[in-house]
Amino acid sequence: MLTKRIIPCLDVKNGYVVKGVQFKNHEIVGSILDLASKYNKDGADELVFYDIGASTYDGVVSKEWVKQIAELINIPFCVAGGIKNLKDAKNILNNGADKISINSPALANPNLIQELANEFGSQCVVVGIDSRFIDNKYIVYSNTGDEKTIKNTQIETKAWIDQIQNLGAGEIVLNCMNKDGVKDGYDITQLNIMLQNCDVPLIASGGAGTKDHFKDVLTKTESSGALAASVFHKDLININELKDFLRNKSINIRY
Amino acid sequence: MKIGIVDSGGANLNSIYYSFKRLNIDSFISNSLDELSQMDALVLPGVGSAGKVMETLSNKNLDSFIKETNKPVLGICIGMQILFDYSEEDNTECLGLIKGTITKFNKKDVIAVPQMGWNKVECMLDNTLDGYYYFANSYFNKNSDYTVGYSTYGNQFSSIIKKDNLLGCQFHPEKSSDAGEVFLKNFINSI
Repeated sequence: MLTKRIIPCLDVKNGYVVKGVQFKNHEIVGSILDLASKYNKDGADELVFYDIGASTYDGVVSKEWVKQIAELINIPFCVAGGIKNLKDAKNILNNGADKISINSPALANPNLIQELANEFGSQCVVVGIDSRFIDNKYIVYSNTGDEKTIKNTQIETKAWIDQIQNLGAGEIVLNCMNKDGVKDGYDITQLNIMLQNCDVPLIASGGAGTKDHFKDVLTKTESSGALAASVFHKDLININELKDFLRNKSINIRY
Repeated sequence: MKIGIVDSGGANLNSIYYSFKRLNIDSFISNSLDELSQMDALVLPGVGSAGKVMETLSNKNLDSFIKETNKPVLGICIGMQILFDYSEEDNTECLGLIKGTITKFNKKDVIAVPQMGWNKVECMLDNTLDGYYYFANSYFNKNSDYTVGYSTYGNQFSSIIKKDNLLGCQFHPEKSSDAGEVFLKNFINSI
């Protein structure tokens, strides 16, 4: 049996780790390499590096950062941010990432998922989804890195999950936007709805504020793991202590 | 000591290179028969698909070299799978060094395909290698005459194999934190 994964996400903008609330008002919370190294030591099961500016300013995540982090850590390493084609992806992977995560570029060109899966294998291809509950429906948003560029795609989240699985996505990170940065718990309702037709691993994202929130999402949903950013960056929750806590609740967690 | 990382065409060969570097071991990424012949041990890294990896090895005449070498060889993930006779992935004839086949996880038996995450490994040869390791695979070997470590995902499967100079692991030791480092040191010590 696989253990449930605890995944810190470094949201990076202009070379610093930042955090906003519901995708706005980003503040600097730490340095990239210090936090990557700390999480690695603290027992993180994976690290996500997400250049939140990359899709909005039309850039690609900095490969120099990818290389430096990859040299430092000995856990799986996923990189996201503005990867728009095979060349971008290859560059990131060659610099030491194990997986690439795509979000807005996949919405702009869904075939990119298939191209990446054919070239590198599905296990390499993560699709991030920013999903918001609006007008009684779950809808996918794109270009969420900046409030000026954010866009309602009109695509229903459930339909998008079907489509990306068919195209070869190997994992999904479902970021529940209504919960982003507000720290009142993961979106259990939405996660359970989306997990119904999900055959690939799904990682819950958005809403972590307390250790109990992690317990809830890992016991009340079939999510493969829980991703969080600010509670770890601001040291509100220590990953080691969190994993002890979850183990004591009989959740299958790696030592 | 020099370890040759066989460039079998996939991306992210640096992951394993960095892990040797963290252990202060010199390793070299190469697809040249001449260069790899001079190494003390070889690693078949865990990237790519069976068909593409075998095609690259054969184009570079590395397939017969690996078949004939007596040097210690570590095959990681797909690098372990190609040591077997045949893989369902791309219907690929593999190196045939170990009797057995590689098949795909059945969605009926498991929660999700690919298997992605940390799974428990029990090693029959050496219980200091027991622990949690990182897996990312859709294909697996169920059981072989040379399986020395097992894990369970839906059903039991081979997570470590050992035959003569060949060592294979279905997981990624280079991504498996402290447990992975112990595994790699063990391989290094055997060279």
